[in-house]
Amino acid sequence: MACFVVPAAEAVVTTVVHKVITAKEKKKGAAIVSGENGVVKSEKLSFSHKLKWLNNMLWGGSALLAFEHIWHGEVTPWFPFLSAANSASDTAEMLHEMSTTGVAMAVLVTGVWLGMTVISSVIEKRPVQEMEGKKGELS
Amino acid sequence: MTLLTAVFAAVSATILWYFKDSRNQIKLGTLSLVYWGAALMWMVDAVFEYAELGMEYFTPAPADMLNDFFLGISVVALGLVIWLALLLFCDPKGVIRKALRTSGNT
Repeated sequence: MACFVVPAAEAVVTTVVHKVITAKEKKKGAAIVSGENGVVKSEKLSFSHKLKWLNNMLWGGSALLAFEHIWHGEVTPWFPFLSAANSASDTAEMLHEMSTTGVAMAVLVTGVWLGMTVISSVIEKRPVQEMEGKKGELS
Repeated sequence: MTLLTAVFAAVSATILWYFKDSRNQIKLGTLSLVYWGAALMWMVDAVFEYAELGMEYFTPAPADMLNDFFLGISVVALGLVIWLALLLFCDPKGVIRKALRTSGNT
């Protein structure tokens, strides 16, 4: 009914957090630049870059789900924009769906993103391998 | 059916990103994340629907399946449109900037 609203709300929060962290990282980067003769070499992905993955998943998923809700007539272009908001019983059902399905969606996407960040950190620690593998090894 | 379509779109976009755009120059990584986000959300939807309907969930009416597939294809198309708009706006290869400057000089 309006389950996509929960991940969309999370996306708003993570976008604001992303902007703040990016600004902090830029300041920090500028400090490093001024301290080390203007040469900065970062081999690890910044946290803001990883947070962008979460933003993309949340915004993209919410947008495509919103389209599905328009398709099913659950989102309307006129006030109150959600067809379930027209009656009290439908509103209660919508809120129940948001608190169950919507929250589960946000939790799953965030959980997958946490997994992605952990795995990417592990991959970053690996030594860079030669493209030409040794004989008998899987490439 | 919508979930399946989104998963196939996400897998295809991820494979394309891995082999053709690992530096995310044409933002295929972003496209794959958009599809993965939607696929994960529809997976939750499917789990809740399965909890409600039981085995009936796996035997949808042909008309419903067709409608869901049509919706899935439309969702994939919308994802591609979002990606294209983002690509043209960011213009990572400077093609649009170059074209605008060229047309401005003539």
